[in-house]
Amino acid sequence: MKRALLAALGLATGFAMPATAQDIKVGLLLPFSGVYAALGNDIEAGFTTALEQFGSETPATFEIVREDTEVKPPVALAKAKKLILQDKVDVISGIVSSGVLGAVRDMVHGAGVPLIVANAGNDEATGEACSPYITRMSFSNGQVNRPMGKWMHDQGIRKVYTLAPDYAAGRQMIDGFVQTFTAAGGEIVGQEFTPFQKTQDFGPYMAQAKSSGAEAVFVFYAGGEAISFVKQYDSFGLKAELPLYGSGFLTSSLYVNAEGPAAEGVITALHYVPTLDNPANAQFVEAFKAKTGRVPSEFAVHGYDAGRALIEAVKAGATDRESLANALRQVSFDGPRGALSIDPATNNIVQPIYVYETIAGTDGLTQKVLAQLPAEADPVNGCEMAAPVSN
Amino acid sequence: MSLDLGFWTLQALNALQLSMLLFLLSIGLTVIFGLMHFVNLAHGALYALGAYFAASAAAVGGYWAGFFLAPVAVAGVGVLLYSGLIQRMRKSGPMAQVLVTFGLIFALLDITRIVWGDLALGLEVPDLLAGRVALLGVEYPAYRLFIIALGLAIFGALAFVLSRTQIGAMIRAGVDNDAMAACLGINVERLFFIVFCVGCALAGLAGAVAAPLLSVTPDMGLQILIPTLIVIVIGGLGSLKGAIAGSLIFGFVQTFGAVLAPQLASVLIYALLAAVLVIRPVGLFPAKG
Repeated sequence: MKRALLAALGLATGFAMPATAQDIKVGLLLPFSGVYAALGNDIEAGFTTALEQFGSETPATFEIVREDTEVKPPVALAKAKKLILQDKVDVISGIVSSGVLGAVRDMVHGAGVPLIVANAGNDEATGEACSPYITRMSFSNGQVNRPMGKWMHDQGIRKVYTLAPDYAAGRQMIDGFVQTFTAAGGEIVGQEFTPFQKTQDFGPYMAQAKSSGAEAVFVFYAGGEAISFVKQYDSFGLKAELPLYGSGFLTSSLYVNAEGPAAEGVITALHYVPTLDNPANAQFVEAFKAKTGRVPSEFAVHGYDAGRALIEAVKAGATDRESLANALRQVSFDGPRGALSIDPATNNIVQPIYVYETIAGTDGLTQKVLAQLPAEADPVNGCEMAAPVSN
Repeated sequence: MSLDLGFWTLQALNALQLSMLLFLLSIGLTVIFGLMHFVNLAHGALYALGAYFAASAAAVGGYWAGFFLAPVAVAGVGVLLYSGLIQRMRKSGPMAQVLVTFGLIFALLDITRIVWGDLALGLEVPDLLAGRVALLGVEYPAYRLFIIALGLAIFGALAFVLSRTQIGAMIRAGVDNDAMAACLGINVERLFFIVFCVGCALAGLAGAVAAPLLSVTPDMGLQILIPTLIVIVIGGLGSLKGAIAGSLIFGFVQTFGAVLAPQLASVLIYALLAAVLVIRPVGLFPAKG
């Protein structure tokens, strides 16, 4: 009797829950140490900015548990387990490296915990390894570079030499570009993949690019390698005779000032630059600057839009893991990057890509947007999952 | 591809430039090891510190302030390390030394992160060395030529000191047989201290010189450590000749490997290392015959 009463009481409070403000527990799984610490910090700052800015739109409160992945897949997996089993979070967000995403994928998929990817761009995560619980609010490697192939061909460039670090992301970024560039009628006259994080001197590769007969060079590098590459490219005086194009991470606003004047005139494509002219971006840039004193990078906007997506999902009535995962797949809004939506076939973001040139501004380097290329959903790439349930 | 003479000249200069940078690092490490039988794995971290000191000083007083200040500052850190830690570790055997200096790598790495942050820093090439110079039919960046010249100058100076001066003779005696050198009235401990500080200063100098060429990141010390160790193992421990030979071999194999056999570029140098270890385990020019 007593037990039945208690159960009834439990049920009653359970039903009463939605009326009171609910508490959403968010696990932030990001690298706060290791080579990607700067990215992790930017994403976290973006995420919290979004919660501060849009949190009042829903009565729910958000509690954040942050865990450091150290950019090590085994560490990240242990931290994901802790977030899911011990902290019992409702949703996880973050993940910078694709290796880490690969490591935690089965864990979150098996446990049915929604994961909002805020950086990692490996094509498979929203391809053959897709999951109804994993929604990507950042980008995919191919997506960022695919529109650039046709655009460069439209500019009259016919022969290109490509360079990138020799790891999965480097190859996917270059492949995305090569596909559309050759489809448009361009020719790849040379291609090299440099040992990842082991190459400090790019001089040998640059001399090869120079003698390849190319009209332009297209590269993907990020972080320290991007800084070294851009500076060395300029020091050899190649920029004038062999214009440098690339994936926009090459001249990310996060570290472009370390590249200095060497980055001027480099033309790249990315899904976000801080100088985009739209009201949502103006609001975001102002809030982010007030919080950190820095201009937001594409990494910051990943965090910001991941936070925003979570709030939109809660606004749509999601309350637990299952309903959050379902609602996240149907999120769409106008953010700093323009109109964003999630492709229900892959759970990857659909977003416009911007071609920009790095130019000297009044205080340091800034980005001049040359073209906005239309948003295209990624090819399905072997992703098979049920469509989200619309309510 | 039109691979003319200019292309090969350019690549040879690239190889030479990389060799000289590695030489600045490996000479300090190898002499410290040769003389003190002390494996200082934190040498790479000192190089990173040098780059950070140079970047900070350059922000205030221009490139040359950083260039001259970084070696002094890193030598200062060397003094602290020596008196605080390394002196006590002198007799504790190689395993303990390796563990302690391995730990130091991470301590110093986190200190640079706390002080300078996670964002990479950049350092501009000084105006004097900006631009390119026409040399042997190719246009080559002046700053890279400066690195080559600096490396050769340091090599010349060290060769002179080690072979022609009294302190050089004392160092050679110490490397050869420290107990006997001590019996002959040489203050070996003080000699160790001086050599250690000079080695640290050279690591700092290498950091300051590398900073405008590469990006200044907390983990740059870890990235350079393996190449430096390979140079020493190939060249032979404790000798100047070994350090320069090892650096040149590494620089040329790395550069021409990247050009001629790009798929093998990252394996070639390790294959060479393995070959040296099998055929001549003491290295090409060891200090002790």
